Parts: sequence; structure tokens; C-alpha cells
Amino acid sequence: MCLAVPGKIISIEEADGTFRNGRVDFAGIVKSVNLSYVPEAKIGDYVVVHVGFALSIVDEAEAHQVFDYLREMGELSELTEQAL
Amino acid sequence: MKAQTQFSPVCPVPISEYPQILLAHGGGGKLMHDLIEAMFVPTFSNSLLSERHDGAVFDVGPARMAFTTDSYVVKPLFFPGGDIGSLAVNGTVNDLAMCGARPLYLSAGFIIEEGFETEKLWEIVRSMKIAADAAEVDLVTGDTKVVDRGKGDGIFINTAGVGVIEHEMLIGPRQVRAGDAVILSGDIGRHGIAIMAAREGLEFESAIESDCAPLAELVMELINDGIEIHCMRDLTRGGLASALVEIAEASGHPIRIDETAIPVREDVRGACEILGFDPLYLANEGRFVLFVPELNVPHAMRIMTSHRFGKNASVIGHVTEGHTGVTLRSRIGATRIVDMFTGEQLPRIC
Amino acid sequence: MKYVDEYRDAAAAEFFRKAIHDTVTKPWTLMEVCGGQTHSIVKFGIDELLPKEVEMVHGPGCPVCVTPLELIDKAIEIASRPNVIFCSFGDMLRVPGSEKDLLMVKANGGDVRIVYSPLDAVKIAQQNPEREIVFFAVGFETTAPANAMAVHQAKELSVHNFSILVSHVLVPPAIEAVMSSPQCRVQGFLAAGHVCTVMGYTEYEPLAKKYNVPIVVTGFEPLDILHGIYMTVKQLEEGRAEVENQYARSVRKEGNRPAQELVSRVFRVVPRKWRGVGEIPASGLGLTYEYEEFDAELRFNVADYAADEPAECISGLVLQGIKKPHECPAFGTRCTPEHPFGATMVSNEGACAAYYRYRRHLAKTATA
Repeated sequence: MCLAVPGKIISIEEADGTFRNGRVDFAGIVKSVNLSYVPEAKIGDYVVVHVGFALSIVDEAEAHQVFDYLREMGELSELTEQAL
Repeated sequence: MKAQTQFSPVCPVPISEYPQILLAHGGGGKLMHDLIEAMFVPTFSNSLLSERHDGAVFDVGPARMAFTTDSYVVKPLFFPGGDIGSLAVNGTVNDLAMCGARPLYLSAGFIIEEGFETEKLWEIVRSMKIAADAAEVDLVTGDTKVVDRGKGDGIFINTAGVGVIEHEMLIGPRQVRAGDAVILSGDIGRHGIAIMAAREGLEFESAIESDCAPLAELVMELINDGIEIHCMRDLTRGGLASALVEIAEASGHPIRIDETAIPVREDVRGACEILGFDPLYLANEGRFVLFVPELNVPHAMRIMTSHRFGKNASVIGHVTEGHTGVTLRSRIGATRIVDMFTGEQLPRIC
Repeated sequence: MKYVDEYRDAAAAEFFRKAIHDTVTKPWTLMEVCGGQTHSIVKFGIDELLPKEVEMVHGPGCPVCVTPLELIDKAIEIASRPNVIFCSFGDMLRVPGSEKDLLMVKANGGDVRIVYSPLDAVKIAQQNPEREIVFFAVGFETTAPANAMAVHQAKELSVHNFSILVSHVLVPPAIEAVMSSPQCRVQGFLAAGHVCTVMGYTEYEPLAKKYNVPIVVTGFEPLDILHGIYMTVKQLEEGRAEVENQYARSVRKEGNRPAQELVSRVFRVVPRKWRGVGEIPASGLGLTYEYEEFDAELRFNVADYAADEPAECISGLVLQGIKKPHECPAFGTRCTPEHPFGATMVSNEGACAAYYRYRRHLAKTATA
């Protein structure tokens, strides 16, 4: 369940505390997303979005960990290496 | 010569299963397929219909003709990259092209709802003229009906088309052979997402436009340059997957495709990811698949990639031997079956 | 797509596939809790890559699948009322009730609309003040914050023509129900990564201890799942039974606090009936007194519905991982996505539908 997709915050409108919205870019598709649950999120952060709500900020360091390890082992395909 | 018709007055689709027609019956997926197979094909039963191709091909004196029809009920009527008018022209032009015919003439039947804005009708008609000119066809006959307010959803358009076949090739699922390469003319999913982006409740800012386009010119280039074409099909509702599944079934041959070879634009992918769509099943209106012998591939690809509607063409797989069906090799190297989708793809949260 | 594509890298997948092979010395049965993980496994063919010692059984993590029959009937009843605009996620539209589904209600003229977010339903309510807008609030803990916010917003903005039909379920009680069943063969769990993004994973520690099972919070891409399976199998081989976090790029131990806070203000824990399983105490969410006016069951007076499951449907056993879809006598013949008996065949990620779409040939060869 729980289709949630990472996207990049490209703008934030500070309404009052509860209704904090932003525009999030998913590979070129931009959607309005509610950011109330990620108060520390800033422009440029990647957030995991489910049904129009950001539920967490992607931890880049954690995300890279497995790939740093795989890269060391020489186990990544070229395309991914280039993309990372 | 007309085949014997075995017409039974008893409804072949078990009423108990579907006492009412559902939207899914027009969705291009399994339900529609079943309806056609269970009700329409056996009732009208003849050798032309049983080819199950995009249009009917037959001889009239010394000439070989192709004949096809399609109805257009798209909502919204106007979307990025096109409208119901351009769709109505290109869709039928493309069906003729898929038979290997040079499109000649179209008819247009309009069913308009009382109260529909005349200005909108004018826009649609203008759009049809532009599309017809681009496709080098003439609209030569038509019909107009108006239905009571509330009974028509704005406007419906039916177009029928007639074309001439100026070569000797037989083109259709039955010509498909083991070893044939499957070429896809470009990236998939743009039309489906463009429509979705313009619909209520699923809006997002998007630069994605429908890929609605006339394919006849490109197809004529392939034919005139001597490419041996076994089969072609334009992708419409039901997407790439449905087209391949239908061809596999009608040809009796299995088809294997490679996920990494199927072009999908990044932003279309983004939309698919957030809505939970599989691009394989998204609607397209300016894309087709081409089945050619392996030897013809380099030549065919040169022609396609040099044409503006074939720029992103890609060899996505091959026809193989054995039990029929479509299989896909996933990005990570495992295989899965590609089946018809049940009804429409719906955005999901799960 | 960043944070998606790299997790579908073929070489990296091969690395973990090999790691699993090299680690395994005896047979293990694992359960992936989340339907989205099931979908991924079958779509990418991940189970094909696993050694024969590792068996995946598919868990009850599909809120669509576990929504009880009577709730679908309630939804259908409400959606059929002339003044109602019934909004739902797409997933729910084809789930069969006792007689029909929401798509048929739409075919019959009901105003049934698909929305991407519950906030879209609130907007529709604001735009249509003379109509009643009802939102079908289905989901696990992942979706609860969104639904909570929609109700909270409706209250703050005085959108009184809005209400929700609640069908929220919680994962830990489901795991407990699976584990406490005498037929349970599951030795390790892949916990649902997005549920845990909201809830954190401290509530799995008592479960891991009580049943002596490793629980690894896992993501949804092929690499996540292979990595999660590897971590689980490693624990089993080493005799450990801990909670680990594979999906650390999204999941923090404490989860999302602001989300949890609003959820506990708008919702409270209630007993819920799970389709095919029965009632599990403290396994669902209902509206709190403060937000009761937005409860569609009360507003439309449908609280007392009851319904019976079709006898042949074994979706309950499938959901608990006790049977596989193709072991059902009706699978692929009387029960297909076009005429489903139970929700597991309808839902996009119901185990039966996933098997049907991607693995039907197994059933054929099994019975050949």
C-alpha cells in the first residue's frame, strides 16, 4: 500500500502553520503538495509524498550509503553511477 | 464472398455477468475485448472482420482498398496538444495507415448536445481542417445530429475513412513470423497523461502534450522504401500492452519485449509514479508498433528516426516461438507476463 | 527519477540476489506486509530471483483488500443517494460489495469521483455547497495523516457539507493476528516502509521479542526489497530477532511526530473487522468525539449494515499468508479480475490480482 514518491521541493508558500503548501517536482511533473507534516523542509529538499502530503524528508546521507558501498564493490551499472 | 453467418438471436454475453455496460467496456482493455469477441465479431461474422485488424482491406475491381471507422468521445474536449477534432481526424487516418493504405477520404458524423457552444464547435471544426490538411486527406461527406440537453455530453464525433493500397504486401497479425523484430515508433504515455492532467481532481502543472499525430506519411515512407512490413498497429486506448497482446493472440505467436528498450519521457514517468500508472497501459494517439523481419531493422530504423514522428523509435523486442502471449523482461532481469488490463487504469494510493 | 531509478539498478539487484544466495543455508518463510511490496515483487519478478529456500508469503497490507464487505455496501448506499458526491481513491472503485461495486453505481448515474488527495474532496465540498460530499477514507497509518488533515481543515474552514466514511486499519495488530494463528509459518517480516515513515518502528520491538521474529522495515523498489530480504535472512541465519531499518532514507525511529499528533487528535483506536479475517480488537481508527460531525456513517445512518462473504473466497487465508492465490480452486476460472470474488482479486496489489496478472502460467502448469 502506500504509494509514496520522492519529489523535489521547488517553492513553498507559508500560509499559517497548519496549511503549509509547496510545489514539488517529480521528474518534470509539478504538483501542489501539503508540507504541514515536514515543517523543517526547505526548497531543494526531496520529500516522500503520499496522496498530496509530504511525509518525510529524504535523508540523502542514508540514501547514498548503500550506493557508496556498492560502488566500492564495483557492483553498480554505469548508468546508475553516472546518475548518482 | 461473404462467409456463412451463424446468427443467433440469443445474447452471447451472459446478461447475468454484465446486465449493464460499464465504462470499462469502452476502455480498450479486457472487458472491451471480451465484448467485441463475444457479441460483435460472432454476430457479424465474416472473413474481413475476423482479421481483427485496424481496418478492413478488400478489392474493388483492380484496386485494393482499406476502410475503417472510429468514434471519439474524449473528455475533456480540449487538452494540451489537441482536441476531439484533431483526434477524430488523426485516429482514423492512422487506422488506415496501419493497413498500409494511403488515406484518401474521411466522413464525419457529429452528435452534438443541445446548448453546446457554437464557438467551441467552430474551434473543433477548424482543428479538424488543420489536421486533415496535415494528413493530406479530404473530408468529403458527413452528418449532423443534435440531441436533447443532458443526453450528449457536449459532442461526439464519428469518422470513417477510406484509403488505397498501392503495394502488394499483406499486412496484418497473420503475417507475423517468429524472429520478427518489434519496433515502437516513439515514447509512450503522453496522450494518457495529457488527458489526465486536464481532468478534475487530478490536476498538476504539466508541459506534457498529447502525442496526437498523423502517421500515414511515415508509414508511406517505410512502404515506398521497400521495407517488408508484416504488421503494424497504432497504440490507442489500452496502450502498448493491449496492442501487443491483441497481436500475439491474433497471430498465434509469442512476443518478448524488454522494459529497458521502451522509451518513456521522464515527466511522463513522474506522473505515472505518483498516480500509480503503468506506462504500458497508457493511451497514445501518435505511436505505432511495427513488425518487420530482423534483416529490415537497420533500414527501417533509419527511416523512422529521420522522421519527426519516429524520432525516438526503438526496437523493443521480438516475436518468438512457442505458446502465445506477451512477456516482458524487467529492468532487473526477471520476466513477467504482460496481460490485458481489466477496464480502465485508475489512479491508486496503494 | 532521483531516489527511484537507482533503486532499480540491475547490477545492484544482482549483488543482493547473490548475497541472499550466499547467506542462506536453510529454508525460510518471510512475509512482506505491504501490498505495494507485493506489487513490486511480482511486477519486477523479484521472487524469481530468490533461492528456493526463501519463500515469500504475501501479507494483509492492502487496506483495499481488508475493507469489510459491509463497508463497501455502506459506501455504495451513500454514493447512490442523489444529492451526494462520493469521492474516493481509485483503488476502491472496483472492489465488490455484496451485489455491486462503486463503478456500477457510477454507471447507474451516481456522482462518484476519483480524487488524488482527500484535500481535493474538501475543495469539491467548498465548490458545491448545496451537495453532500463524502470521502471514502481508506488506508493504513500512511494515509491517516492526510485524512486527518482533510477533516481538520473542513472543521477549521467550516465546510459542513463534508464527511468521511472511515475504514482505517493498523498494521501491528494485523501482524499480531498473523503470528498468533496456529497455521502461521512466517519466520520473518518485511515491515511496511511508508507506514513506518509515519509511525516509526518502536511498536514492532515488542512484537519481534514476543514472537521471536526479525522485522526489517523495508522500502518498495526492487533494491529495497532485495536488501530487506537479505537483512532478514541474515538475521535468521544468525539467530537474531531484531527490528532493523532498511528504508532509512525515509524512516526515522520515532516516525513523523506532527503527523502522529494530528492523527491522534482526529482519530482514536477502535476495533475493526478485516475482510476475510474477522474482527481484530484495537486494529482500526474511528473519529474522535471532537470530529464526530464528519462521520458519514452517522450522518447517513448506515451504521448497522452487516454482510456475508461469498463462501468460496479464501482471500482471508491468502491475506494471512496461509494459502497462495493459485491454490484457490476458483483462481483464474470463476474468480478473475473481471468477476472477482474477493478484494484480493480486485485491488491492484491484492495478492490474487498480482498473481493473475503476472503469474497465471504457474496455475496452468500446476494443474496441467
